[in-house]
Amino acid sequence: MKKYGKQIIGCVAAAAVYAAVMILVNGGFLSRQMMSLIIPVCMNIILAVSLCMVVGFLGELSLGHAAFMSIGAYSGALILKSGLPTVAALPLAVLVGGVCAALLGLLVGIPVLRLRGDYLAITTLGFGEIIKSVFNAATPVTGGAGGLKKIPPVTTYRNFTFVYILMLLVILLVSNLVKSRHGRAICAIRDNYIAAEAIGIKVSFFKTMAFVIAAFMAGMAGVVYAGNIGILKPVNFDYNTSIEILVMVVLGGMGNITGSIIAAFLLTVLPEMLRGLSNYRMLVYAIALIAMMLFNNSPLKRMLVEKHNMRQAGKIE
Amino acid sequence: MALLEVKNLGISFGGLRAVDGLNMTIEEGSLVGLIGPNGAGKTTVFNLLTGVYRPTDGIIRLDGTDLVGKNPSQICQAGIARTFQNIRLFSDMTVADNVKAALHNQISYSLAGSLLHTPHYRKKEKEIDGRAMEILRVFELDQFAGYKAANLPYGKQRKLEIARALATNPRLLLLDEPAAGMNPNETAELMETIKFLRKEFQVTILLIEHDMKLVAGICEELTVLNFGEVLCQGKTADVLKDPQVITAYLGE
Repeated sequence: MKKYGKQIIGCVAAAAVYAAVMILVNGGFLSRQMMSLIIPVCMNIILAVSLCMVVGFLGELSLGHAAFMSIGAYSGALILKSGLPTVAALPLAVLVGGVCAALLGLLVGIPVLRLRGDYLAITTLGFGEIIKSVFNAATPVTGGAGGLKKIPPVTTYRNFTFVYILMLLVILLVSNLVKSRHGRAICAIRDNYIAAEAIGIKVSFFKTMAFVIAAFMAGMAGVVYAGNIGILKPVNFDYNTSIEILVMVVLGGMGNITGSIIAAFLLTVLPEMLRGLSNYRMLVYAIALIAMMLFNNSPLKRMLVEKHNMRQAGKIE
Repeated sequence: MALLEVKNLGISFGGLRAVDGLNMTIEEGSLVGLIGPNGAGKTTVFNLLTGVYRPTDGIIRLDGTDLVGKNPSQICQAGIARTFQNIRLFSDMTVADNVKAALHNQISYSLAGSLLHTPHYRKKEKEIDGRAMEILRVFELDQFAGYKAANLPYGKQRKLEIARALATNPRLLLLDEPAAGMNPNETAELMETIKFLRKEFQVTILLIEHDMKLVAGICEELTVLNFGEVLCQGKTADVLKDPQVITAYLGE
């Protein structure tokens, strides 16, 4: 019983959140504005948790997460527009979006992840710009700068269940992976790649693996985005979007899945909540970011972490 | 047949000949020391043996298999494990996870198992947990299993590095200055540990060390390097009396 304690708490929490959202939506307690945020929150959680695996656990800086998201979004949108019934089209679109993003992740990852240092950051930055230009130029398929229009709205809040399950799946897969031999290999590479190699871990292989899995998840999030917003424009997937996701991971405390989820939630909801402040909105937003960063480095947080670690240590004994 | 066979091993970095014409054979079960002044090329030899550097010339054979050109992870799987002069632990991971990471290739399961935590995963993880604790117990580190590796005191970090290397189930263990920075008590303890693990794990050991008490105390054979070349090779007692070794390294 004790062994499964954590899983039970997780399941109960997931069910409680689901029930709460359903009651709020169906009971009409939420404003239209708040309802429109439900799916973006889920989407950003998927993006943040997947990027957390690359930046937090693997220790490689990726500045092109929005690019993988856009690949998923466009390829998924084309399937959504193909006229298949939603029941079939949506899962298929999510799958195809993920696979397309993963394939391009592989293409970028194989050469670049053999190198050490900041090369991945530079390459993914360039990759993002290239993808944007390609989508801008490929007008017959993507609609170019005018955008890919009339995507069926299949992932609005009315379809919350599907997106929520997708989000839970991503969280589950990433947190499972971290607690496994593959996850330990990834963390070992982050902490010391020379020692990781010396104990028989294939460094390039595991780096590429983590990167491709993250790209797959970003691609799925892209499909959710496409089905939610209805129109895709290359400018929506620029450098700023990648940085926004990165900010979520950094604020969540690198390598902390729960932190990434909380940060993704706050950073999606906060800008909307602050709309009432009109001109001061970005100012308050920036101050909130700084406050969260300070908390991450505060003695209070360190104390909490230490306490948690001691409890963990006690459990093992 | 000897466990490790090194013939005419050499490496050049540009014009610098760091190691030249090294011949060495290590018999199964022996404990051999590699000594010499600073900059003699001792750690370079370790880096050549573990595939960090590719030798310019020469042959390295472990139990008959050629190791030249293999990368460090392949060489680890072939059966050579090492520790580092400047400790290289996975400092943000727990003590237990450091050892478990080294069991990576020993107890294996698929990526699907990792992602979905299948019953097979649970069974294998249990095995990994048990084996890791077994190894930690040998080094009396079991009560620190949940600590972050970076929070261990220095002597215990050295021990953990040896424990991690042993978890890969090596045939040959390379220890790079295991006693560096230790006080006399810790060094004495380390000597006992090395003697013990040799019996317990049936492992052949090659070690680099500057602490002559430790070298004289446990090594059966010595190779002395100076300026990348072998100065003297043989039984420990004979080598330490050799006049050449005394002038180049030990001092009158």
